[in-house]
Amino acid sequence: MASPRKSCIQREDRSPASVNVDGLSKTYGQQEVLRDVSFKVEPGEIFVIMGPSGSGKSVLLRHIAGLEVPTRGALDINGLSPTEPETRNQFALALVFQSGALLNSLSVYNNLSLYPHEHQLCSKKEIHDRVMRALQILSIEHAAKKMPAELSGGMRKRVAIARALVMEPQLMLYDEPTSELDPIMAATIAEIIATLREEYAVTSIVVSHDRDLSLTIADRVALMQNGQIHSIAPPAEYRQATDPLITEFLNPQINLQNPRFKTLEATS
Amino acid sequence: MTRINNFFEAFGAGVIMTWRAFAMLPAAPRILKRIAEQGFLIGYTSMPIIAILCFFIGSVLAIQAGISLREFGAKEFIGALVGASMARELGPVMVAIILAGRVGSAVTAELASMRVNSEIDALTTMNIPPERLLVLPRLLAVILVMPVLTMMANLVGWFGGAIVCEYVDFIGLSANEFFRNLQAYMKFSDVTDGLIKAEIFGIVVMIISCNTGLRTRGGPREIGLAVTKAVVLSLIAILTLDYFITKLLA
Repeated sequence: MASPRKSCIQREDRSPASVNVDGLSKTYGQQEVLRDVSFKVEPGEIFVIMGPSGSGKSVLLRHIAGLEVPTRGALDINGLSPTEPETRNQFALALVFQSGALLNSLSVYNNLSLYPHEHQLCSKKEIHDRVMRALQILSIEHAAKKMPAELSGGMRKRVAIARALVMEPQLMLYDEPTSELDPIMAATIAEIIATLREEYAVTSIVVSHDRDLSLTIADRVALMQNGQIHSIAPPAEYRQATDPLITEFLNPQINLQNPRFKTLEATS
Repeated sequence: MTRINNFFEAFGAGVIMTWRAFAMLPAAPRILKRIAEQGFLIGYTSMPIIAILCFFIGSVLAIQAGISLREFGAKEFIGALVGASMARELGPVMVAIILAGRVGSAVTAELASMRVNSEIDALTTMNIPPERLLVLPRLLAVILVMPVLTMMANLVGWFGGAIVCEYVDFIGLSANEFFRNLQAYMKFSDVTDGLIKAEIFGIVVMIISCNTGLRTRGGPREIGLAVTKAVVLSLIAILTLDYFITKLLA
């Protein structure tokens, strides 16, 4: 693994983080959204979580980001609780939200400079250089002065990734990073996720529906179903899998003679 | 029971939010620009509506006082009555009500939509406390602008009363006599008590607005409900506090 680039952001420990999820369950009211989820993400690994809509992927990601407290079970980042601000500070945990979650009252430039500016990590010149570099990587330097409301969905997603890049995270979480993007930009994002590991020594956890992204860049893929982990394996094993759930999810056939919704109607 | 629980939960969250915001006071010099922006939004843009309302409140007070006091041959006391009523009661209360309706609702809507759109979550993951970025500038701005707005409301109200006395025939009191009487019978504490009230109202309205906004969950419907809730709670708080502060200062 290459050593991280020279940076104005000083941290004691720059090694990538490991994530340990042990028997995690989450209940909202009567509904159990996550059930006994356990896995470990190794430092520097790209770990992709796939699964159908409503299977609990995003809720799991919010737990790893420290935005939710589990009902049962435990979760730690290098042995520390992600809900503690000190943990997030230590590893500069970055979450790329599905919607982008840009601050609408700030320009794109100010959204990107917010983290180093608020934490007083770098000089104005250094912040400017970092922001412009992140914008260049995502090919959106022309949007620096725009407000988020002026951007398309795809552009907002790219700005959100650029904002995360500026933080130089050691743990990067992506929630559907390629949704709303055209295939070329989706491929660019996949390349960025893979390259970040080399440049910044970052551990990545990606929640995605994108089969190509998942099987191309992941070291391991977890498939979720009904709030549980169905399987965890390297992409090669998924390509050769015979399990009907995996094959159906990875290679769904469009059946015009016997559409799925009609089968669902008949069973309900 | 759930309603009572929710009330105490919201109250507790408001206390914690305010505590956290004021604990970040040492960061105030770094957020001067944001304080100035909020001061402009809360103060400067509220001035026209406050001026219009308070001018007519002062005028109506003068007419009503004129009708009642002429019966007793005491119309020269209109100045004192309008002056003290505006300074002690109507100035601070009207400014606070306008703050709740105009600024408080906007603050709640903005913070609620930030919560719903995951912007607050994004700040949390970046370890940027929303209390420092969003609450503290608004609280400091309201503390700075409330005395200014209240003094302006008082002056405009007095001016409205003086105009009515000068030009409404059945009152027949000159503006000079109005202000002479106002000056003679009003105490400095009448104005300072009103400013103390205004400060407390302003802080409470801002705490309710920010807390309601930050606690919003759901979608666009919940944003609308949060705005209504914040305005209603603010109005109740203003009038309830008004009674207790008045009693305390009496």
